Amino acid sequence: MSTARYIKNDRDQILDVILESGIHVKPVYTPKDLEEIGFLYEEDLNDPGKYPFTRGIHPLGYRSRAWTTRQYTGFGTPKETNERFKFMISHGQTGLNVAFDLPTQMGYDSDDPMSEGEVGRVGMAVDTVRDFEIAFEGIELDKIGVGLTINAVASIILAMFQAVAEKYGYDSKSISATPQNDILKEMIGRGAWIFPVEHAIRLTGDIMEYSMKVMPKTNPVSVCGYHIRESGATPAQEIAYAFLIAFAYIDEVVKRGYEPDEFVGGITFNFNVFGNIWEQVAKFRAARKLWAKLLRERYNVKKDRNLFLRGIFGGGGYGLTKAQPENNIVRGAYYALVAALSGAQTTALCSYDEAYTIPTPHSALISLRTLQILMDEMGLRDTVDPLAGSYFIETLTKQMEEKIIEEMEKVERYGGIIKAVSDGYIQRMLARQAYEIERGIEKGELLKVGVNIHVEGEPKEVELHEYNEESARMQIESLKEIKRRRSQSDVKRALKDLEKATKDGKNVMPYLLDCCKVYCTLGEMTNVFRDIFGEFQEPSLF
Amino acid sequence: MAEKRIKVLVAKPGLDGHDRGAKVIALALKEAGMEVIYTGLHKTIDQIVNIAIQEDVDVIGLSIMSGAHIPLTRKLMEKLKELGIQDKKIFVGGVIPSKDIPKLKEMGVEGVFPGGTPIEEIISAIKASVKK
Repeated sequence: MSTARYIKNDRDQILDVILESGIHVKPVYTPKDLEEIGFLYEEDLNDPGKYPFTRGIHPLGYRSRAWTTRQYTGFGTPKETNERFKFMISHGQTGLNVAFDLPTQMGYDSDDPMSEGEVGRVGMAVDTVRDFEIAFEGIELDKIGVGLTINAVASIILAMFQAVAEKYGYDSKSISATPQNDILKEMIGRGAWIFPVEHAIRLTGDIMEYSMKVMPKTNPVSVCGYHIRESGATPAQEIAYAFLIAFAYIDEVVKRGYEPDEFVGGITFNFNVFGNIWEQVAKFRAARKLWAKLLRERYNVKKDRNLFLRGIFGGGGYGLTKAQPENNIVRGAYYALVAALSGAQTTALCSYDEAYTIPTPHSALISLRTLQILMDEMGLRDTVDPLAGSYFIETLTKQMEEKIIEEMEKVERYGGIIKAVSDGYIQRMLARQAYEIERGIEKGELLKVGVNIHVEGEPKEVELHEYNEESARMQIESLKEIKRRRSQSDVKRALKDLEKATKDGKNVMPYLLDCCKVYCTLGEMTNVFRDIFGEFQEPSLF
Repeated sequence: MAEKRIKVLVAKPGLDGHDRGAKVIALALKEAGMEVIYTGLHKTIDQIVNIAIQEDVDVIGLSIMSGAHIPLTRKLMEKLKELGIQDKKIFVGGVIPSKDIPKLKEMGVEGVFPGGTPIEEIISAIKASVKK
């Protein structure tokens, strides 16, 4: 869909273009524009791999290494998911990104009444480490990075991942996991929160502290501007809020007596790619520069590699349409181009059928091939940051930087990100913006091909992934079997230790690892936290 | 005499936390002059029914993006039947494949709004159903 607003005359000539972030695009850019913004190469761009990293964090970009492809994957039982992982890897996928079902995301076991109808539906069902043993069987965990899309119970799932890696003989220091572990964005959008803000941030801090010491190759947080954008944020707000959230997590660890240089290198980001192509590219370049600058200014971070903005740039869910679904394949190709022109280290695309349900192997493979075609056929690996020096792109990058700072300042004036999320300030604003966008589409001010322009008749349905109720039954059976076979006294003791450590304010990670190893269930561990922490109270929005 | 304001409960049942659509619809119905109550996330069917009774709403709109619309809606309809509440109009919106629409209607759902349904269509369907 178009996200910019176009002012046209009655002959369809464009008089003005207003990007989502509020920037007006001019018809022509010249060297004068660079003069006007005071453009200085060393200060604003510098060479790739050099501060402030506007052009990228590696001196040789995709020449030294193509991006990592990491389609979001997982459904049904761990066995089905394991087969899909292997299928994607056999087709050249270079990373994994695990989708968990909603009960897992919300800390319920598959046999909990709250889980009814949801087991294995939008992701893989996980109850105990046994499920991870099956899901990661035959996957080289020291070679392939694994994204774990889990937030409220990220601590439990990461402990489970460490437990399975150890069981399969991998040194914890050699495994590279990326638990999403970004609870503040769950409170803004996506909604998979459980615990109140302060306790949730404590768990995030525990993961960061523990990873730094025990799993140094693990990226303990992936801060998701992505879902904030999906909730109605402009690209400038997407970056601004993500940075403020990242700072909240950094503050939590600094509070425990660590130097930022010891751990900020582990923070990664997840950003969205739908929207106006130029605004997106400028967004990523500005974000890379600003992140490095702010870490230096606010946290006195010294080491260059700790200043890198690393992350997954991809997805594009909101830009896709249910109407004329095959068009989403084309949109995906453009989104992937945005990611490549922006120097994404990692990427993934929403598949064309995701406006209907989770992807089939066929649609997931088309997404993967889209990414591969860019790198293998189209020349995106040839040279780093190919748009650098464009009068337009450099002007826009500078303007985006200013807009991001403006958005950050608004929230800081309000009282900071934690207050803005707890009060619902951001959620209310984004809901209003999302509503304005829908109205804009209905009025035809924002164009969506197949929806309000170039519309065809009856929508056609595509081949869809079918939910298999049998998977849920099998998962519950296998949970029962584990519960019968495990040592009840070990489970009891491990949960008691976890409870005590949680109450005493200790880092919970070693205790969770212990629980996982004796096959405590996700629900049992979550309940320890639920009893102590209580639940997040959603702010009222209307 | 002024027409009675239509009272709508926009509800998010189950574990799904994707609420952009629910919030947009809540705002749209408000702007269309209806009285709107939004449940917030992660509500059980029992909680939703309780709010609907307490607030004496005319309409319950379920927003479900996870694919669990069949079991969740069935549960709601059974609960309403059990309590003898048959006067509320039920609508379901979200990620809903066309083939499931007849199944939902058979359960007694008044209208189904898959992603991409124009807001105006939703407003007029609700207005028409309450007038019936």
